[in-house]
Amino acid sequence: MNGLRKDLTTATTAIVVLTLLLGVAYPLVTTGVAQLVFPNASNGSKIELDGKVVGSKLIGQDFRGLPRYFQSRPSATEYSADITFFNNLGPNSRELSDFFAEQLSAYLRRERRFDPGLGAAEVPVDATATSASGVDPHISVANARIQAHRVAAVRYLPLADVLDLVDEHTDGRFLTLFGEPGVNVLQLNLALDRGAGR
Amino acid sequence: MTQGWVQIAVFLLVLTALVPPVGGYIARVFRGERVFLSPLLGPVERFSYRALRVQPADDQDWKAYARSIVVFSLLSWLVLYLILRTQSIQPLNPEGFGAGPWNLSFNTASSFVTNTNWQYYGGETTLSYFVQMAGLTVQNFVSAAVGIAALAAVIRGFVARSGAALGNFWTDLIRINLYLLLPISLLAALLLVSQGVVQTLDGSQAFHMLAGGTQTLALGPVASQEAIKELGTNGGGFFNVNSAMPFENPGGLTNMVELLLILIVPASLTFTFGRMAGNRRQGWALYAAMMAMFLVAVAVVYAAEQHGSPAQHHAGVLTHAFDGSSGGNMEGKEQRFGIAESSLWTAVTTVTSCGAVNAALDSLTGIGGLVPLASMGTGEVVFGGVGSGLYYMLLFVLLTVFIAGLMVGRTPEFLGKKIESREVKLVLVGVLVTPLLVLFASSWALASTDGTQSIYNHGPQGFSESLYAYMSQANNNGSAFAGYTGFVQPHAPGNAGAYGYDFANLLGGLVMIVARFLPMIAALAVAGSLSGKRIAPAGAGTFRADSPTFVALLIGVVVIVAALTFFPAFLLGPVVQGLSNQLF
Repeated sequence: MNGLRKDLTTATTAIVVLTLLLGVAYPLVTTGVAQLVFPNASNGSKIELDGKVVGSKLIGQDFRGLPRYFQSRPSATEYSADITFFNNLGPNSRELSDFFAEQLSAYLRRERRFDPGLGAAEVPVDATATSASGVDPHISVANARIQAHRVAAVRYLPLADVLDLVDEHTDGRFLTLFGEPGVNVLQLNLALDRGAGR
Repeated sequence: MTQGWVQIAVFLLVLTALVPPVGGYIARVFRGERVFLSPLLGPVERFSYRALRVQPADDQDWKAYARSIVVFSLLSWLVLYLILRTQSIQPLNPEGFGAGPWNLSFNTASSFVTNTNWQYYGGETTLSYFVQMAGLTVQNFVSAAVGIAALAAVIRGFVARSGAALGNFWTDLIRINLYLLLPISLLAALLLVSQGVVQTLDGSQAFHMLAGGTQTLALGPVASQEAIKELGTNGGGFFNVNSAMPFENPGGLTNMVELLLILIVPASLTFTFGRMAGNRRQGWALYAAMMAMFLVAVAVVYAAEQHGSPAQHHAGVLTHAFDGSSGGNMEGKEQRFGIAESSLWTAVTTVTSCGAVNAALDSLTGIGGLVPLASMGTGEVVFGGVGSGLYYMLLFVLLTVFIAGLMVGRTPEFLGKKIESREVKLVLVGVLVTPLLVLFASSWALASTDGTQSIYNHGPQGFSESLYAYMSQANNNGSAFAGYTGFVQPHAPGNAGAYGYDFANLLGGLVMIVARFLPMIAALAVAGSLSGKRIAPAGAGTFRADSPTFVALLIGVVVIVAALTFFPAFLLGPVVQGLSNQLF
């Protein structure tokens, strides 16, 4: 019993000491240094246009229904960055399959007018599948190259210039090795709105 | 796929190169020796001993050591439960979240104290910064340290030349946090911030999007928790979508760093074991057995995900890769990770007991989803949780030695110590508790309407979700087929208020606690039983446990135990879907 009582007092003190060290000092020191050294990154990598915050370069946005913009990947969360969840439908789900079919035909309907040769075989998988976060900032390079036809036509820009912009806003693999290349949709659309390619 | 395989190979080479230095360092920490951080952290260490009134050299036998662990964890549970229940009156709550319901708080407290980090809640819609820091971040550290400390004690028992001393829990707890977990976490957190992982105490920020409409960025002290969440194989995300959220894991670099953080401690501990046993080959033999099983896991999930899902094929979506597109099953995956890094992540986080996710596991293909289930089904011994993975594996080693002894008709021995009836009985308790809990709990959940209300998907996937939930909680993993729910989110479509399911929360919480501490105590008891035994020199007839034959035998035992236990269950869920093109 003596050992148990001693354990109880030791454990109580340990929890207090460790909470102060690991739950207060550690996160606060990290916050202090982060805010000092990486002020932009630690606060959400925000992007401004005309002095106003218009987004974060790491968080995808909703451009649906606006043909002058590159479109983000489908989202299960309406592109919410403060209530996140997965789509969670299984690999053999009929509901999911119907969703894919709908996304595929909508994509073809939207892009074929500007890229007449486009068939289902050319539509990349990321264009029909919801992302995990719901706010995936990227689309695949193939996806962006298809959409470039539409954006160039709607904005009266030469296709080659828009494709150059796509390349410019492609985030490559880390050390050309780790990860998958993706085109940052918000930054690309922002560059277009700022008059790039004109 | 070549590019993907190169990524995976380079990653594993980097990991293997780091194992000896980190493993050697941990051995020094276990032994109480001076390390390069001693001049800096020594004063904090000595202050802690004074505050705790602990004599660092005051050795405990296995019962005292286990008692200290249980008392510490029980009090930790109580404190965390109270923190969760009183959230509404605490500071650093910019979104004004209310206190947690009792059933959800029971599950969450059990989850974080047992190093499981199963989450029925969504972080950014439920928890204040104060709870995330002072409640969850603390348990991320100390529950990991408890696992590592238990391993330190187990190793001491295995290699002791005499006596019953397994070390002092409080000393181990302080030293592991101070010299191992804290410094690496601090450095990693700052590295993650530099890449865009957020770290702030400011509340969320709303703004007008470029194309109109508003978006709100949920922020918080994420990086500090992200670092220890991976390093301690905890896995509980700050955000509901865990490491898929760009603010937790913004790119290819952070993904690799986080994967290294997850594997570095459990992988290096094999080297620590070899060092302390005075037989480096023994450490590498365990590493090789783990790595071999891991390679199979990652290969299967990668191939399955690259193939795509029946839902895609039925819809006419073509899943082949071509220039500019990864192809494969991209449902619930992020573009910046693609198929390769999502698959690697899935294997890494489920062979270890990390359970963080960077993709939606519920949307994996049938065979792809079998990999995390089967990885957990091995009892988390393929690297496993920090500390717990290796002490669990050591139980399997004793079981293998015992079976090999039966086959050749010799007295089984390991590290020169005879393995006798008492040890084998304890090993069986340790090895069988978790699988039995999984089968019992998932059967109950599937057979009762209280249990099935948690299911989201139709058909076999619903079965898989239930099995996964209890497999994950019993193995202290924490990853989920996240359609399975025990808590209805406050703002989810169609639901006004937040409430938890009693059944899912309570059963899950109890499963996590029993499956964490019973095997741990069994391992400590084995170590206590071995510590006093004489070490006999190896003779010509000794079956060497550091040979390739033994590695193969060990893998066989691990796989056979898991297969015998779970094969029927696997057939009913993931395998059915993997072999069929039918939609449900």
